[in-house]
Amino acid sequence: MSSKHKPAHHDPHHGDSSHQQSFWSQYVFSTDHKVIGIQYLFMSLFFLFFGFCLMLLMRWQIAYPGHPLPILGKMFGESNMPGGVMLPEFYNQLGAMHGTIMVFLGVVPLGFAVFGNYLIPLQIGAKDMAFPRLNMFSYWSFFVGGLLMISSFLLPGGPASNGWTSYSPLSDIAHDGQTIWLFSMAIIIISSLLSSLNFITTIFQLRAPGMTFERLPFFIWAQLITAFLLLLAFPPLEGAAFLQLFDRLLGSSFFLPSGLYVNGHLYNVSGGGNALLWQHLFWFLGHPEVYVIILPALGIVTEIIACNTRKNISGFGMMRWSIIFLGFLSFVVWSHHTYLTGMGTNITAFFQTTTMIISIPSVIIISALFITLWGGSIRFNIPMLFALAFLPMFGFGGLTGLPLGLAATDIPLHDTYYVIGHFHYVVAPGVVLGLFAGIYYWFPKATGRKMNDVLGHLHFWPTLIAMNFVFFPMLIQGLMGLNRRMYDGGATYQFAHGILFWNVIISWASWILGLAQLAFIFNFFYSIFKGEKVNSDNPWQSATLEWATPTPPPHGNFSKPITVYRDPYAYSLEGAPKDYSPQDQKEI
Amino acid sequence: MSQETEFIPYIVEPREDTGLYNAKLGIWLFLASEIMLFGSLFSAYILLRVGSFTWPVQSDIQNVPIGAINSVVLLSSSIFFIRAYVALKADDIVKYKKFMYLVIGFAFLFLILKGFEYYQHFSHGEFPKTSVFLALYFLMTGLHALHIIGGILVNSYYAGPGLYLREKNKQWFINRVEVAGLYWHFVDLVWIFLFSTLYLL
Repeated sequence: MSSKHKPAHHDPHHGDSSHQQSFWSQYVFSTDHKVIGIQYLFMSLFFLFFGFCLMLLMRWQIAYPGHPLPILGKMFGESNMPGGVMLPEFYNQLGAMHGTIMVFLGVVPLGFAVFGNYLIPLQIGAKDMAFPRLNMFSYWSFFVGGLLMISSFLLPGGPASNGWTSYSPLSDIAHDGQTIWLFSMAIIIISSLLSSLNFITTIFQLRAPGMTFERLPFFIWAQLITAFLLLLAFPPLEGAAFLQLFDRLLGSSFFLPSGLYVNGHLYNVSGGGNALLWQHLFWFLGHPEVYVIILPALGIVTEIIACNTRKNISGFGMMRWSIIFLGFLSFVVWSHHTYLTGMGTNITAFFQTTTMIISIPSVIIISALFITLWGGSIRFNIPMLFALAFLPMFGFGGLTGLPLGLAATDIPLHDTYYVIGHFHYVVAPGVVLGLFAGIYYWFPKATGRKMNDVLGHLHFWPTLIAMNFVFFPMLIQGLMGLNRRMYDGGATYQFAHGILFWNVIISWASWILGLAQLAFIFNFFYSIFKGEKVNSDNPWQSATLEWATPTPPPHGNFSKPITVYRDPYAYSLEGAPKDYSPQDQKEI
Repeated sequence: MSQETEFIPYIVEPREDTGLYNAKLGIWLFLASEIMLFGSLFSAYILLRVGSFTWPVQSDIQNVPIGAINSVVLLSSSIFFIRAYVALKADDIVKYKKFMYLVIGFAFLFLILKGFEYYQHFSHGEFPKTSVFLALYFLMTGLHALHIIGGILVNSYYAGPGLYLREKNKQWFINRVEVAGLYWHFVDLVWIFLFSTLYLL
């Protein structure tokens, strides 16, 4: 908290500081929310791709267990892949780091920090975040935490290898990579905490005149609830990380029960700890984290659907109440991740009930978005395609979660590929498509150029199809009982032999999915420099405030004082001269 | 008014519809997350204690008198902070400084007494690896001590080198001190819970 009280690093006496800043303070150590958002964007896209590549590597081992990886296999060294054949330890490290990087360094920063930083001040009509220097500090602690996480690949024993959940007691007694994991998680958590309190303060305090809570776009509501979830759910994981660090570094036994045998020897600690404590602290974060991942994407998709159907969101008020309710409820569902730990029927019944209830607000939001499509004059541009694909894919991900929310069906499905299929449907074809939609949609605002349409189609269609070929077979495999985290893809099990051919199909689909991302990467960099220039500040004819800025928005965002006169999605109003009425325009 | 206050509104004056200036809302949110952080450790304490076969009689291991004195020390430090804040609002900068020095001095006194307790534990061969209770004790009080150190840094800044900020904008400086005070009271409050949980229960 002291950081926001420090005196300004740059000289505050410049009349117009935006033109007189050096390169370093303008692009590197900038306090401008837009620059910070873009810094986050490059970082999180890098992590997203990096984490994805780890999985592409693992898919070789799952599809062709024991076969040397052609060409690339030699690159990873004798200690990881002797002769190009992956060792089980390396497989576990890749799996753990894939989960950690994708969730904590890829999807969450992309949805929350990138779009939140870039758009919150723009959409509420503010000049910057409430605490700009704190914002910069958040980014740089994320940067350090992320680099620390990746650098653990250079340790002699490799990075953490206990899954992204780091369950104790295994991770208490694991090698040094786990310590680095904990330290870097602690730093990343501090970064998100500071971001979230900054976002909440900004939304409460810096709204432009006339921007009441009813007039906030849904994206802002989604970010607000997300920020509260991060603010209140992340500290318990920080506490858990401290506990585990104590166990690992000072020999305490918070998570180590008495009489623990490791490799046939009694483990020499005081004992008296409880391994389940970690699971509860972890999932107390872990479940709100699911909504931290989803809500920004829902907000983005809502913006895009309203703009591209040219009508108001149906049931907008209902959506707001739903998202608030969802935020509250997400704190009391975490133990549906731990049905197998013998919690007893009463506790199980409680968490089953809350889990079923929390599906209601999610369904309301998705239904409202579907109903919005009805009677709209839909424009099928690239962002809209991604947003439209998001709806059924996310819905499917949610529906496949219901059997996991009920203990009776969860117990046979627990830790199978069904679980993997379910949450990847939520995150990959769901959230990631939503986030891509956001990048395509706001790209013209940030750069003044549109992303290429042909390449956009080349990105969209293979991605959508390949993702379904990756994740749908996992549901089938899981229902057949195939366990997750199997180094040989399940080949040891006799019963699994009939479904192992899916492993090969999934792997090839995932590699095709990887190729399809090249279209995006090329499009992204090509369009920054060579994309088609937009000839107005509001190329999508949107009604929300971020389009009332010059393109790209300068330091301070708006060229004139902003007053807000109406709801965010004022499209096709009767009697209006245009089919959209910007929020800051007095007459419709 | 400097350029910064024009760029970001409600740094100095509260916003009408929320009744808060930015930093005050920010610090309350920060404290909310701190409650969740300490709350997770307290719930770990409950779970581990309820699930344990043996739990030491805490008051036998702990130096209860020093803990009690430390509670008084921190509470007085909190009261001194309020006196300092009132003096600052009344523009009595000499008095403000005097009370701030007392705040900081008592914080150091707390740390010295805490360090003495740690020393006693260590010399009795009591370490985090000795038992779950001691591990919890060292973790929770250690984390709290880090918060005290953070508070000392902030308070010292406003008691001395940071005073030049007051020349620029008096009300803004009062806000800053108020926010630091909210944090300081929170840290004291945590100690009250720690003392009753780790010493008396």
